[in-house]
Amino acid sequence: MGNPYVVPAIVVVTLVTVAIGFYGLKLARTTSDFLVASRSVSPTWNAAAIGGEYLSAASFLGVAGLILKYGVDVLWYPVGFAAGYLALLLFVAAPLRRSGAFTLPDFCQLRLGSRGLRKLATAFVVFIGWLYLVPQLQGAGLTLTTVTGQPYALGALLVGAVVTCNVALGGMRAITFVQAFQYWLKLTALLVPAIFLLLQWQADGRPAVAAPDGPVFHTATSVVIEHDATLTLADGSTVVVQTGQRLEFAAGEPVPEVSTVDETRGPDWLLPGDSDTGLFATYSLILATFLGTMGLPHVLVRFYTNPDGNAARRTTLVVLCLVGLFYLLPTLYGVLGRVYTPQLLMTGRTDAVVVLLPGAALGSGLTGQLLAALVAAGAFAAFLSSSSGLLTSVAGVISTDVIGRGSVRDFRLATVIAGVAPIVLSLTIESLDVSQVVGLAFAVAASTFCPLLVLGIWWRGLTARGAAAGVLTGGGAAGGAVLLTVLGPPLTGWPAALVSQPAAWTVPLAFAVMVVVSLASRSRVPADVGAVMLRLHAPESVLSGTTRR
Amino acid sequence: MTHGRRTRVVLADVHPMTHDPDRTRVELAEQTQVGQALVRGLVRAQLALALRLSLVVAIGLGGLPLLFAVAPEISTARLAGIDLPWLLLGVAAFPFLVVVGWAYVRLAERNEQDFVAVVRRPER
Repeated sequence: MGNPYVVPAIVVVTLVTVAIGFYGLKLARTTSDFLVASRSVSPTWNAAAIGGEYLSAASFLGVAGLILKYGVDVLWYPVGFAAGYLALLLFVAAPLRRSGAFTLPDFCQLRLGSRGLRKLATAFVVFIGWLYLVPQLQGAGLTLTTVTGQPYALGALLVGAVVTCNVALGGMRAITFVQAFQYWLKLTALLVPAIFLLLQWQADGRPAVAAPDGPVFHTATSVVIEHDATLTLADGSTVVVQTGQRLEFAAGEPVPEVSTVDETRGPDWLLPGDSDTGLFATYSLILATFLGTMGLPHVLVRFYTNPDGNAARRTTLVVLCLVGLFYLLPTLYGVLGRVYTPQLLMTGRTDAVVVLLPGAALGSGLTGQLLAALVAAGAFAAFLSSSSGLLTSVAGVISTDVIGRGSVRDFRLATVIAGVAPIVLSLTIESLDVSQVVGLAFAVAASTFCPLLVLGIWWRGLTARGAAAGVLTGGGAAGGAVLLTVLGPPLTGWPAALVSQPAAWTVPLAFAVMVVVSLASRSRVPADVGAVMLRLHAPESVLSGTTRR
Repeated sequence: MTHGRRTRVVLADVHPMTHDPDRTRVELAEQTQVGQALVRGLVRAQLALALRLSLVVAIGLGGLPLLFAVAPEISTARLAGIDLPWLLLGVAAFPFLVVVGWAYVRLAERNEQDFVAVVRRPER
């Protein structure tokens, strides 16, 4: 609190984003410039832009927060977020680029020639896009509240408005530059403070990250209770506390357990879980993140900006390197948060650990303040870049499939429509957990677009009817689980595991329905499937000498 | 399925869309049954490659939760002062994924070069 550098840092990041957007605006003259950056983006720029777009609030803040709370079991989030790019590389990257499809609805039309399926895909692109946009705006609100004390709504509105204007004015040409810049900013914003944090931890005599008796306060700390709760103290006694009550703890005192906050302690934090439901949830998470990445609308759009299929593959490999490099860092923040910011375990606001840790560990001196400002700037870069990419892809499908034929005017109108809805949603539901919502978006993507893409690219027998049935079943089941998790009553045991991590049953279900219904409607296999397969898989050089759309 | 494919090969020369450059391109490469078989072979080779490498990841990474559950002594082992599960998931997983991806790009491009070599030979 009271850090004089945080607000200027956030303002600079926002202004640079808008400035690069404006620079892009001068270059964006045609619709093609707007939508696909005229396909002239070099692989290095493109890979950094994909990385910048992908590393969202969930990666920058959420992963470290989850690790602080739950420990080793949630390391599958960063591993899965990175492995998603490997699945994308193995099964989708080159053929999708060669298909010439710009969006998922385009792919449906091109591969299966069905208007109905195209409409269904459009609906799911918008659903997944919004599901992913809301937590970005929430993360922005949370960060601004944490570091400046400004109201939550301001951060959500600020990021929402900047992104909407930027995308509407500059289109994708602009955001390619913006996002490549923001990847490097995000990496720096976590890497530089991490080095100082490690040195500080070393200088403090390496305090244990997982003390056998649970976490202890490193310094004297005061904690304001946010919900009525029961505290369980280290000696087993309990104390009832009320909202707004301020508690003072001395350095070295153990951190009490709070009944309203779900967290993991002792060996459970340090060691992998071995319960049946825990194992199911882990595999479900693995499936959702490994297979969901390829179905995220803003990820696919980027592949069209590669010049050919081989470039798409190489770009994806570079992205895998960049993303993997980044994901080494959040773990460090989550672990050191256990030492320096254990009060977050009492308030439950663990998503704030990345933003608070530099100040908490390094003190309120100049170094601590500057690093805290750097991290806040990186967090804003994460919100701005991910929401830009999501908004571009959602606006893209709305402008071509709902409003009109994809003119620049349609695209601008669609951007405003696509931007306003999640802003309103993020203002009305404040309490959702950032990473959990993002995880659910992955589950929906893995249960709808993953089977559609994989079977569409590799299996000649897929029919429009089978694809529609699979998308509806998988998407309906995963979407229902999302709604039940967000709105429904709290569950325990197996029902909770099946609903909160649905991918392990919804993904196989979607694949199975798609295959069975396609086999049943075998006579409807598109007549041009051979030609499409050639186009998807043959290297461009074989087909050279003829025009390629 | 077989019916549709057979008619298209026979009718290729009199297809009403021959003036469309895309259609022409397709027919160029698909005039013969040999051409079709080549494309099928390429698709099959690329799919087999992708599946083989996913199996590597499924065993290498996907086997870990099961391994930790079945053999808890592995998850309590320490290397350089860090617990093994943290080291495997927090650090080692990422270079592993990159290596698998690198191998895929090399092998997939080799499959394509083989395909191009075979396709070009009868024509020129």
